[in-house]
Amino acid sequence: MLLYVLKRLAYVTPVAFGVSVVCFLLVHLAPGDPLSAVLPADATQATIDEMRAAYGFDKPLPVQYLIWLWHVLQGDLGVSIATGRPVAGEVGRAVVNSLILASAATLIGFTFGTLFGFVAGYHRNSLADRAASALSVFGVSVPHYWLGMVMVIVFSATLGWLPPTGAGPDGSGNWRPDLDHLRYLILPAITMSVIPTGIIARTVRALVADILAQEFVEALRAKGLDEWGVFRHVVRNAAPTALAIMGLQLGYLLGGSILIETVFAWPGTGFLLNAAIFQRDLPLLQGSILVLAMFFVALNLLVDVMQTALDPRIERA
Amino acid sequence: MKRLGVGIILLLSALGPASAQGTLRIGMTASDIPLTTGQADNGGEGMRFMGYTVYDGLVNWDLASADRPSDIVPGLATAWGVAEENKNQWTFKLRPGVKFHDGSDFTADAVVWNLDKLLKNDAPQYDPRQSAQGKTRIPAVASYRAIDPLTLEIVTKAPDATLPYQLAWIMMSSPAQWEKLGRSWDAFAKQPAGTGPWKLTLFAPRERAEMVPNPAYWDKDRVPKLDKLVLVPLPEANARVAALRSGQVDWIEAPAPDAVASLKSAGFTLVTNTYPHNWTWHLSRIEGSPWNDVRVRKAANLAIDRDGLKELLGGLAIPAKGFMPPGHQWFGEPKFDVKYDPEAAKKLLAEAGYGPKKPLRLKVGISASGSGQMQPLPMNEFVQQNLAEVGIQVDYEVVEWNTLINIWRAGAKADISRGVSAINYSYLVQDPFTGYLRHLQSNLAPPNGTNWGYYADPAMDKLFDEIRNTFDREAQIAVLRKVHEKFVDDAVFVMITHDVNPRAMSAKVKGFVQAQNWFQDFSKITIATAGR
Repeated sequence: MLLYVLKRLAYVTPVAFGVSVVCFLLVHLAPGDPLSAVLPADATQATIDEMRAAYGFDKPLPVQYLIWLWHVLQGDLGVSIATGRPVAGEVGRAVVNSLILASAATLIGFTFGTLFGFVAGYHRNSLADRAASALSVFGVSVPHYWLGMVMVIVFSATLGWLPPTGAGPDGSGNWRPDLDHLRYLILPAITMSVIPTGIIARTVRALVADILAQEFVEALRAKGLDEWGVFRHVVRNAAPTALAIMGLQLGYLLGGSILIETVFAWPGTGFLLNAAIFQRDLPLLQGSILVLAMFFVALNLLVDVMQTALDPRIERA
Repeated sequence: MKRLGVGIILLLSALGPASAQGTLRIGMTASDIPLTTGQADNGGEGMRFMGYTVYDGLVNWDLASADRPSDIVPGLATAWGVAEENKNQWTFKLRPGVKFHDGSDFTADAVVWNLDKLLKNDAPQYDPRQSAQGKTRIPAVASYRAIDPLTLEIVTKAPDATLPYQLAWIMMSSPAQWEKLGRSWDAFAKQPAGTGPWKLTLFAPRERAEMVPNPAYWDKDRVPKLDKLVLVPLPEANARVAALRSGQVDWIEAPAPDAVASLKSAGFTLVTNTYPHNWTWHLSRIEGSPWNDVRVRKAANLAIDRDGLKELLGGLAIPAKGFMPPGHQWFGEPKFDVKYDPEAAKKLLAEAGYGPKKPLRLKVGISASGSGQMQPLPMNEFVQQNLAEVGIQVDYEVVEWNTLINIWRAGAKADISRGVSAINYSYLVQDPFTGYLRHLQSNLAPPNGTNWGYYADPAMDKLFDEIRNTFDREAQIAVLRKVHEKFVDDAVFVMITHDVNPRAMSAKVKGFVQAQNWFQDFSKITIATAGR
């Protein structure tokens, strides 16, 4: 097992290296000058050159990459051009905020997704099935951005029930799960949950239908087990797949949704990336993408190791 | 179940955004809190909210009136003048008894320290971020020294009577606070100390900044009446409108034009005023440019239906009559009447050799969006149609805003300009340098400056010399008027429109006077207890 973990870790190294190269180069492909965002528009060429040198943009790209990589390896993601604050701190705060939003969205998505899925799976071709299926199709196809704006118009601007933007009455600095802060979470979390709700509902519906058609269910019923007992067996069989999908969705949502976080001014990774893109804040952009990409690499590694721990056949394969 | 739902809704509404009386919450267009250490970033908006609130300059802008053009007034300096025998040598008398927010005294040494912060790379307090914002603003400054605690001497590189305007950009941070916080600008950013009417009490990057009044402010008229001022970055226009409508903020900057009617009908106030901004076509004057013919420049200026454009913008514009907004103290009395007269335009074009059989074809660089650019796409389409009607066929080279900034810096001859003969650019025209010199002084063509079109007119250069050498304020304003008259009479740019600096606010916000300036004074504002 230890050997397998070490082997997997060894595989991760070139992947991480590739991710770092892509992160670094992609942002350099975008048009625009990173210094435009920080310098007054009529800054003289001398000032621009001075700043370019101060940030190391005057060096050849490979040299810039190596310097950046060297710092990254020491845990230093650099300093944001636009704010002058360390990128690691900015990304760290944003990841925590995105985690809060993604967890809430996943919770809502999982609850309603499984509910709709079970109802639809149990009552195939009924009105309830059609309604649940329609809802899940709506969930996966409705544009987030539009839904977010509609929610804001209805629940904030018109009814005035919920705040439309931000993470709390005094920002996200002292976030805690009390009513004052949760009110800010409701609209973005619901908006973000519609896709996982749709995906989980569709998967669970198919799973439940499949399980219910299996012979062991017939056998359970033939043995006289009541419907509640049968239901418990169906849940137990459907749970691993549903949980795996939930985990996957959490992973996606953690990356933050640029559109949702921008509409709701939620200070997560999506909001940060949006600001970084518009300001051509290369260190911030590189740092954020790298952290998110490495998060996925780590998540994959963790899943692989866990699966191997649960099923040793994978290791041999 | 239904009852529970209603209960939850009632509970949520009861916990609705509560605001203490006297707290003004502003939704800014910036995506971050502007730099808090002194020289704010984020352009005019940064200086408005984080410059002139927490800090002062030696010279300030008069923000007291909505009706008259805003001009410079004494700030931390009470008087200044240039030596008779040496026009490079300025003396500034500093305001006595002024204290920074940390309680330390404001003195001439503090000014020297602040100038070193921007200009002296080897000074311990040198801050590249503030320097990037401030250094460009004071190109005239050669050296400086404290003569006594309340007297400062500044020596300029050459005689330059625009120095007071330049210094109005430079904010004074507290040296003692910087020392106290371990000589760290990062620490200072969280607990800044200036001399301004507001003290920063909370700084949550990208989310929020809070300020409270400075009761010891030296200008008793400008001690804020509010309990608190809160700044919230809301870069997305629809999010700003939603935040205002839901009562999360009391004031938003730049509401989207299409939201204005509904905001007004919902009882919100839209405040606008003229201010030194313009939205123009900056013309290339390099060899071969069709704009080298004054008849073509005048024809284009006469072809644009500016009232129609204003209608397109829901009334949120002031049709241009010159480069400066009408009523500006430098407007003067130009002879060329900038108006909509397509027949006159066609006649001028015919004289210049263009007509239906030989239309004038142009390529113009525009952006799809951008700070101060208003609604560049529909506006330029409107202009394109106007010009087509008189026989000028325009093709647009649409680029992203940052790219247009780079084109502007690089100049009309640079490859990056892609052969365009004009660019659509909006300008802050706050002082003589930002208003005229940077665009038109012949030795400021790239790479020395941002005279994008390589405009060179010895008569104009002479007027600029006169501005720099006229130390009497009234006489200097008279020269600035002459510059504007020449600008308009020569139709140097295609002068199209001016923005009106719109902001929407709750009816609770009382006492705000929108000065004809990029910066504003928040001291006299109060929040009424009743009203939306």
